[in-house]
Parts: sequence; structure tokens; C-alpha cells
Amino acid sequence: MTHGEPRRRASWVDRAEWLGPLMIGPAVLYIVLVLGVPFLLALYYSVSDISMGSRTLGFVGLKNFVSVVQTIKFQTSLKNTFVFAVVAQVLVMALGTVLALALARDFRGKWIVRLLILLPWVAPISLGTIGWLWILDSTYSVINWTLEAVGLIGPDGWYMWLGVPWLAMGSVIAIHVWRILPLATVILLAGLTSIPHDIHDAAQMDGAGFSRHLFQITLPLIRPIALVAGLFGLTLAFTDMIVIFVLTRGGPYDTTQVLASLAFFTGIQGGDLAEGAAIAVFLFPLLVAVAIGFLRVARRAEVQ
Amino acid sequence: MATVEARRVSKQFGDVRAVDGVDLSTREGEFLVLLGPSGCGKTTLLRMIAGLERPTGGEILIGGQVVNDLPPRARRIAMVFQSYALYPHMSVFRNIAFPLKAAGMPRAEIPQKVEWAAALFGIERLLERKPRQLSGGERQRVALARAVVREPAVFLLDEPLSNLDAKLRASARDELQQFQRRIGTTTIYVTHDQVEAMGLGDRIAVMEGGRVRQIGTPAEVYDEPADTFVAGFLGSPPTNLVEAADVLVGFRPEHFLPREAHTDGGNLTTLPFHITRVEYLGADRILYGALEGRFEGARVVARLATTVEAKVQAGRTQDFAVRARELKFFDKVTGLRTTARVP
Amino acid sequence: MAAPAVRRWGLRAGHLGIVGLFTVFTAFPFYWMLITTFKRETDLLKRANNPFVYNEPPTLENVRILFEETLYGRWLANTLFVGLLVVVITLLLSLPAGYALARLTGRWGERLGIGIFLTYLVPPTLLFIPMARVIGDLGLQDSLWSLVLVYPSFTVPFCTWLLMGFFKAIPPDLEEAAMIDGHSRLGAFVRVVVPISVAGILTVVIFTLTLVMQEFVYALTFITAARNFTVSVGVPTFLVHGDVYFWGSLMAGAFISSVPIAILYNLFVDRFIAGFTVGAVK
Repeated sequence: MTHGEPRRRASWVDRAEWLGPLMIGPAVLYIVLVLGVPFLLALYYSVSDISMGSRTLGFVGLKNFVSVVQTIKFQTSLKNTFVFAVVAQVLVMALGTVLALALARDFRGKWIVRLLILLPWVAPISLGTIGWLWILDSTYSVINWTLEAVGLIGPDGWYMWLGVPWLAMGSVIAIHVWRILPLATVILLAGLTSIPHDIHDAAQMDGAGFSRHLFQITLPLIRPIALVAGLFGLTLAFTDMIVIFVLTRGGPYDTTQVLASLAFFTGIQGGDLAEGAAIAVFLFPLLVAVAIGFLRVARRAEVQ
Repeated sequence: MATVEARRVSKQFGDVRAVDGVDLSTREGEFLVLLGPSGCGKTTLLRMIAGLERPTGGEILIGGQVVNDLPPRARRIAMVFQSYALYPHMSVFRNIAFPLKAAGMPRAEIPQKVEWAAALFGIERLLERKPRQLSGGERQRVALARAVVREPAVFLLDEPLSNLDAKLRASARDELQQFQRRIGTTTIYVTHDQVEAMGLGDRIAVMEGGRVRQIGTPAEVYDEPADTFVAGFLGSPPTNLVEAADVLVGFRPEHFLPREAHTDGGNLTTLPFHITRVEYLGADRILYGALEGRFEGARVVARLATTVEAKVQAGRTQDFAVRARELKFFDKVTGLRTTARVP
Repeated sequence: MAAPAVRRWGLRAGHLGIVGLFTVFTAFPFYWMLITTFKRETDLLKRANNPFVYNEPPTLENVRILFEETLYGRWLANTLFVGLLVVVITLLLSLPAGYALARLTGRWGERLGIGIFLTYLVPPTLLFIPMARVIGDLGLQDSLWSLVLVYPSFTVPFCTWLLMGFFKAIPPDLEEAAMIDGHSRLGAFVRVVVPISVAGILTVVIFTLTLVMQEFVYALTFITAARNFTVSVGVPTFLVHGDVYFWGSLMAGAFISSVPIAILYNLFVDRFIAGFTVGAVK
């Protein structure tokens, strides 16, 4: 032994039982402080009379919830949230499956198609939505111009895409679908490509036709991953307000107002933190449901 | 230079007792092989010696000092992994220099030392390459050079040849042994391959079920197995075990020859052998069948070197014989070796 | 005789049609941004003009206005400033946490890992109200530091999860070899594990940058002065103030800050999906 080192006893840098908690500690501490504490505060604010200017916090029980729930604005928003999220997510899953199946085949120029299809998800959503704001502009909409050019509507028949309640809801849903579709598609595509080729060969040998192959082999096999995509999309749809904020600000007449945007307008712009928090807290049960869904998927993956 | 000693060492993983009270000690400069089937605890024992696992009981000593509380870096050991564990982001030179830097060797002395280690294994011209540009044999040499370079007190090798193809393995075995003889460092080598174990080891510790069943020179463990496990694990085909009254009688297939092939006479035990199948393997013929007469129905195997010219044929019953001193006796219950008894 | 061939061509045309329709749907707004960027105001605001072509010669005026007469450049710089700091914080927290989850914590670590991943699902819209108050109490109202403080709350959970996957894929032999070669467990992590995880670290950097770039709700809530906006909030709120829409500059601003980052992100998207679906695909 030429250049021996002094014999050092094992210290915390060697022991997994010390090093593990020390290495994960900062991240956990940060998450608890920056997510956990505000979350508890949100719950507390919702039962208090806090407002933007006030320095005091009085406990008022369920008063905020009671007063919020009674407003037409809230009831409309709650209904809109469900319509918006469920319709958008159903469309996303259906279209995403079709698109993923189309992309699972090889064809020339696939990489550029994939890039173009991913754009809406990857680009900052507020900026993508600004593009739509221009496309749907009441006076200069390119869609109206095209419809007129092909003779479907007359010069006076131009649609107010964001000005008529049902058109506005349709528009925000379409644009939300536009934004989430790429994510759902690539996740489903990952599921499709993870199916071993043998299984497709075997199905073909067993004489399965196109639809039998699709509905009895392919789709059931991507179910777990479709669940992941669906749950994640659903959380985004329930809690997101960016598309609505940029396009309609909840209008016209609150017909596109959802809980998240209502919480923003009440709590931040209106300065009523307590009522805003009470509205936001309604999002929580939805999140819990989604988290439970995720855990079940994770547990099933573990068992396999 | 140092010896390694294990005193009643055990390791529990949950409900599984991977190593169960092992006592073992190497001699100075010895090449000791830990041999056993997978799951026998040999790798766990090696990892405890290395300091990668903590024993749940017992003590490990290196150079006479208890090292249970020392981390691997303070144990003056080097280890070659089955996968070689070369650092993929470093050149061969930096791989070999890595332990030197960690030990705080002055920067100026490192190149000389690295070149010395590389020269030992003839890999001087590979120093600038990355591990992924090397063949399996070259990787193995780099791993050895990295282990040797800081002149450890003990070498630990975990199946270092199992990733090489069969042809390369024979020559690598030879080089490994020559190299160990030259530097004379105490070496513990883990393998499940009995040919490697027999060819390399000064002594072999045969392990099974977390215990050392027998420790001895290759000749000792082969010729005088301590129990039925060792008798059955070593040798190919394994020892024939025949039940007789209250003992098991064991004899090796190569000792079970046609009676007329025993030319030197001596004290023979004759057994009629009904041959059911003959395998011709070039250097040997392997005969499968069953005994008749006293041990009616006992299935046994015989191995005849092709140089034994006796005529054998499947479907016939012939007189075979074993020299009396080649018969080993084992306790029927414990499986342990017992004194000779005339069956 | 022609039937199978016709069928095959039909299938191929159908396939192309589906792919083409979807591609138009997803990419059209960006194409539209690009066209609008170079159009003259007078060309844009004439209803009779065919909007698909340049009725008047293209111009760089909109881009000039964007950079010279708006705070766009400033917003880009703000975004980059916040992005880089958040990247540093994210790496400092996620690298050790991901390693601990992958190697050191065993069974309870697995549960903790799933717990951390789930916090990624907590949306800004649930927390922005108390956060606005806390940020105010900390005196960070209208400061970019408020974003630096809060953004890691959505980058750390996901990046920890992603890095955990990377570290799990590294053979443990490598760290053990480093420990035998003279390093502690921590030293092995720093000298061997981190250097071989360059690809993973790069992925984390790109994701963190894009997430910072995309974030809207917190920035909208915490920041009020125009000069402190990030790009994602500055463009849609400031350039649209009042009833006057600077469409040309607006589209230029949206295009310039979305497409380059999208192309960069695209290079890493497979790793992102793999991290996302870990466990569900097998």
C-alpha cells in the first residue's frame, strides 16, 4: 500500500438512511412552503372576511360559500365549467385517438407533421390564443371571409364568433381542444407504439378485421395510458382560465365564465379575496377525484 | 497486502436470509473463489466485504482490523464488477486515473501510474478511447487496470468473465491468474462457473443457501466433497448418488467404467448397468441408464473417455465397476460425509 | 382486379386527408401570425381584401414597432431572467431529490415520489389568491422575484419525477465502483451520476424554460407594471389595451416568442412523454 488514506468511519455522506432524507429534504420543504401553506391559506381565506386592503382576518364560517353559491354568476360559472371541461375533454380524447392512430403509421414528412401538430401545446398558450383572437375577430375574421368567398354566408351574415353566447362557448371549447389535443395525441401515440408488434401480427393471423382489431385489440391495450392523458386533460380543462381570459374574459354576459376565471375576477380584480378563495376551493374536490384516478393507474401499473 | 476474514457474518433482506453466519478467512496473497449457484449468497458476501452492504450480524476484518463501520473508500480494496462499471463519460485514461484522483495523488504523478497499470494489461494504445468504443475483452482489461492502479490490499472480482464469449474467456482466465500470481495481492473471486473456480482458485469456498458448505483446494472439494450438495454441484455430469440401506453412496461418472476397462485390478465394486442411451461428445461418451441387481432402478450416469475402448451399446446390460476407494458415503438425513461402510 | 388497388388508394387518401386536416387545424394560427406580421395596417383593415395574400407590399414596420415602441424587448429579457433563475433553483432542488427517490429511499420514497408528482397537478388557479396576499406581505408585489419564488412550485415536482426516471436507468454498479474507487455516496453522485445525466439535465432545462415562458396566471396576478411583465402576459394584455389592437405587432410578438421555443421543445418531447407516462406504459 503506497498512498493509503487515513481510515475514515462512515459518515452521513455514506449512509443511505441519512443521505436520502437530506437530499430530498430541500425539495419537500420547498413544496410544502410554496404549495402546502398557500393551500391551507386558501381554505382559511374561504371561511374568513379577508379582502385586498384589510389587515384583519375574521372568521365568518361558511358565509362566503353561502353567499357565493346563491349568486347567478356562480351557478352559471359552475354549469359552464362542467360543459366546457367535459365537452372539450371528450372531443380531445376522440380526436386524439384518431390522430394518434393516423400518426402511428409511417409516412413521408412525418417529423414535420409531428412538429406542426405539437405547436399549440408547446407555444405559450396565451400567445397562441391571441392568434385565434385575430382569426375570430368580429370585423376581419378570416373564417367569415372564407365562408363568404365560398358563398356560404352573405356580406351581412358574418358571425360574431366571440359575441354570441353559443358561438362564444363553442369557440373557447374549440380552442381549448386545439391546445390540449397535441398532448393527448403524443401520449396516446406513445401507448400505441409500446404495443409489441407480435400482438398485431397474432391478431392478423387470428383473422381479425380492421374494426375488430381496433376495438378488441388496440384500444383496450392503450386504455391505461389513455386514462393518464384523459385525467391530465381533465384537470387542465377544469382549472384553466387562460383561453377564456384572453378570448372572452368570461363574456358575453358571463356565458363563458368558469370557476377559475370567476375566482380571478372576484378575488384579484374585485379585491374580495375571501369570496375568490371560496370559489377557487370548489376546484379542490375535482382535483382530488383526478388524483385518486392517477393513484389507481399507478397502483395497477405496479401490480403488473 | 492483507487478509480478509468473515466472522459469523449474516445478512437479512426482509424475510430472506441471504448470508447465514459465514466464517471464512483468506490467507496472505491467496486467490480464493466463492462458488455457488445463483442466489447462494456469494455476491452478497462479496458486497459486504466491499462495504456496499452492511452485515446484519457478525464482523468483517481486513488486515486484522474490523471494518464494519468503514465505508468502501476507506477499506483499501478494489473491485471489478460483472458489468465492469466503466464510467461512460470518461476516457480510458480518466477511468484509470479516477481512483488516484480520489485518493488525492499529486497531479504530476498520475500519468506515470496510469501508464504503468495500462502496460500491465497491454492497453496503452486505448487510453484516449471512450468505453463504448472498446470490445468486451478490452473493457475487462480497463476494469482490471482501474482496480490495480492504486495498489489495493485486496481485490474483489464479481464474475468478471461472464460477459465474455467462451473463446475469450479461456485466455482471459489464464491472464488473470498469471497477473494475480505476479502481484500477489489477496483476491476474492465470485463465480457460478465451476470450471473458472477450479482453474483459478488456490482454494474454493462452495456456498449454498447463504452458508459455506466446504472450503478447500480444487482437488479437495472435487475429490473429497464434504456433503451431497458439493458432490452434486461440482463435476459434469454430477456425482451419482445411490441409496443403500441407511447411507447414500456417491461415485463420479468418470470412475464408473466397464469392468474390463479397469486394467490395474485393485479392489473393485461391480454393479450391473443397464444402458438406455449413449451420447457421443467427441472426447467423451456419456452413458445414461439404471443399475440392476442390488440397487435395482437407481439412475446413474457414466462418463467414458474416448480413449477407453470398451464396447458399450444402448439397450444392453453390462458389468460396470468402481474402485472401492472412489466410493464416498453420505448421511441420508443430513447429507454430510460419513465414514466408509461396506454397503 | 382493380378493387384491391382502389381500396388501397382510398385508404391512403383517407389517411392523408385525416393527417392533413389535423395539421391545418393545429398549425393554422401560427401560419396566420406569420402572414399578419408582415402586412400593412391598411391591408389588414380592409374587409374586401383577400386576407390570404399580400394586397399591398409586405413590410417590416410591425416588427420595428414591436421592438422600438413597445416594451417587448424588455419582456423578453424579463422572461429570460426569470427563466434562468428558475432553472438554477429547479436543478438545485430536483437533482438531489430525484437521486434520493431513485436510489436511497426505498419503499417510502416510492410513495413520496408519487406524492410529489401529484403536486404537479395543483393548478395556479387554486392557489393564486392566497399567494397574491403572501407575495404582498413579503413585499414582492410587482417584482420579478415573486415569479422566481413561485415558479419552481410547478417545475420542481415534474423535474424531480423526470430525473428520478433518468437516475433509475443508470446502472448502480457505476456509483458503487466510484465508492470503491475512493468517493462517498454523495461524491459518487456528484462525480459520476451527474456527469452521465447530461441528457436528463438538458431536458429539465428546456422544460423549465418552456414552462416559465408559458406561465400566465401567476404573472398576471402578481405583476401590474407594464415594464415587469413576462412575454406571455405582456403581449396579450398590454398590446390589446383599450379598443386599439395592433394586430401586426401583436402577431409578430406572438410568433417570435412561441415558434422558436416550440422547435427546441420538440427535440425533447419524447423524453417528456416518457417521464409523464412512466408506469402506465409497460
